[in-house]
Amino acid sequence: MTDNVLTISGIHKSFGGLQVINDVSMNVRRGSRTALIGPNGAGKTTVFNLLTGVYPIDEGTIVLDGTDVSHVPSQDRVIHGMSRSFQNIRLMPHLSTIENVMLGQHSRARSIGSLMFPLGLLCRNRWRLEAEQALQDSGIGTYPGEVVANLPYGVQKRIEVVRAMVSQPKLLLLDEPAAGLNDIETRQLQELLEKVSASGVTILVVEHDMHFVRNLCDHVVVLNFGQKIFEGTPDEVHQDPAVLEAYLGSDDTQTAKETSDAS
Amino acid sequence: MSGYLESQLIILCLSIIYAYGIFLPAASGQLNLGAAGFITLGAYASGWINSSDGLGLPLPISLLLAVLFTGAISFAIAFPILRTRGVYMVLATFAFAEVVSGLTINMEFLGAAAGMPVDAHASLIVLVVAAIGVILFSFYFMSTRLGLALRSIHDDESVSVLFGVNVRFAKVAAFTAGGMLMGLGGAMYGHHYNYIEAQSFNVLLSIYILLYVLLGGTQTAWGPLIGAIFFTVVPELIRNLAIEIGSTWLADSRFIFFGGFIILMMVVRPEGVVTRTMQDRVASIFTGNRRKNASEAE
Repeated sequence: MTDNVLTISGIHKSFGGLQVINDVSMNVRRGSRTALIGPNGAGKTTVFNLLTGVYPIDEGTIVLDGTDVSHVPSQDRVIHGMSRSFQNIRLMPHLSTIENVMLGQHSRARSIGSLMFPLGLLCRNRWRLEAEQALQDSGIGTYPGEVVANLPYGVQKRIEVVRAMVSQPKLLLLDEPAAGLNDIETRQLQELLEKVSASGVTILVVEHDMHFVRNLCDHVVVLNFGQKIFEGTPDEVHQDPAVLEAYLGSDDTQTAKETSDAS
Repeated sequence: MSGYLESQLIILCLSIIYAYGIFLPAASGQLNLGAAGFITLGAYASGWINSSDGLGLPLPISLLLAVLFTGAISFAIAFPILRTRGVYMVLATFAFAEVVSGLTINMEFLGAAAGMPVDAHASLIVLVVAAIGVILFSFYFMSTRLGLALRSIHDDESVSVLFGVNVRFAKVAAFTAGGMLMGLGGAMYGHHYNYIEAQSFNVLLSIYILLYVLLGGTQTAWGPLIGAIFFTVVPELIRNLAIEIGSTWLADSRFIFFGGFIILMMVVRPEGVVTRTMQDRVASIFTGNRRKNASEAE
């Protein structure tokens, strides 16, 4: 039996009459770097929202590291070891970099004593030092006091990853982390994620950039119209007819297949 | 100290205490237009507990009990009121203040419409100490992890939830703490002037206090301080200027200029006078050299 950090079994979700997620089951192996891909509207981000409890699931179960979190309130799921970044940057624009990162620590500091601890007054407290260290380790230690709204897009994307990491998750969910980044920024992001992965954290990433997925991930799950149509390695995914049809349409499948065989 | 200056300083101290009471919930994006209600609660509670017709307890105890009483009421109404947002929360808190006012004015044992004399006197120095205490408390409160969570909620509530922030708890805590500060302010008002009537705590007072906070800025704890000082001092400065140049016209129409100035502020600085970025910029003037060295070292 393989060791799974996340097990999703038969989840369903509909909004009104629209079935958005239809009987999706998948496992995420501990320590793996799994990609969740699919055409626009396939339900990838919805899966993330169901995992983190933004929406309740209609049916099925979500088991995170042996704990059934299917009906755990959203604010408590991060305690069970799941943290995420967002498709559009969702840093707090009026907080500085370091404060955004310290927000990521919140799940580990929910006692009254920790809540009333004056983070901002004492410069050398352990939370602040830890957040500074986390930024330093990720190569973005240069602007701890800066308000994030003024920082470059690529840096903000990486701060989101750091913020998610300081909650010390077992599973890191990344929603299109490379979207909108240039080549250099993408490479910096990839280095950061490889470091994260090396530290033992499992990564589940939604991404459109197949090049990025190939470089980073060792396992791929493909969704289309809310259903899982493929699961395998990044190399296999290019040969699968169902995937090619979903992405390119059936007419082009043959040509695409020939091209990919040739390459 | 001249009587005029002293009376202005007293108004300033009270304004600062009230302003922080509105600021704490406003830091998480809650708009509270019920200041007059909380002030009434604090003023009457302390006055009655201290009065020989009431419990007859000494001033420090009546102050403490009044603050706790206002806090308890704030806590109780926080749950229904915090279900509303934005302009609906403004209406709900306004309605609360009207209810408090309506009840007080009809309670015979509180003197009803005739008002209530308050026994113990709090001098200027007591008010100054209280105002400084409130400022220090608010700076501490906003620097805590709870304060960070409140500012996060202001920016993005749903993301705060995903990082484990108990939004309901944080909002109720801020609303209750704010209510307690306004209760303290009300009690101070009563003990200083030694006479209170419900009519003097009207909606205009609530509007002014909310304006102190919104124009001062809700992003940092400096905002309400600057806002309260500005609103208290500037109209008086214009008045003194008018006396100086002997213009009765300017003295009479000073609030027109003041109003125009408020509108200008809202256009130029919609997020308040003191913003986070401004605080950083001012701070970097003092630590400028250090930062320059850091960037050169890169």
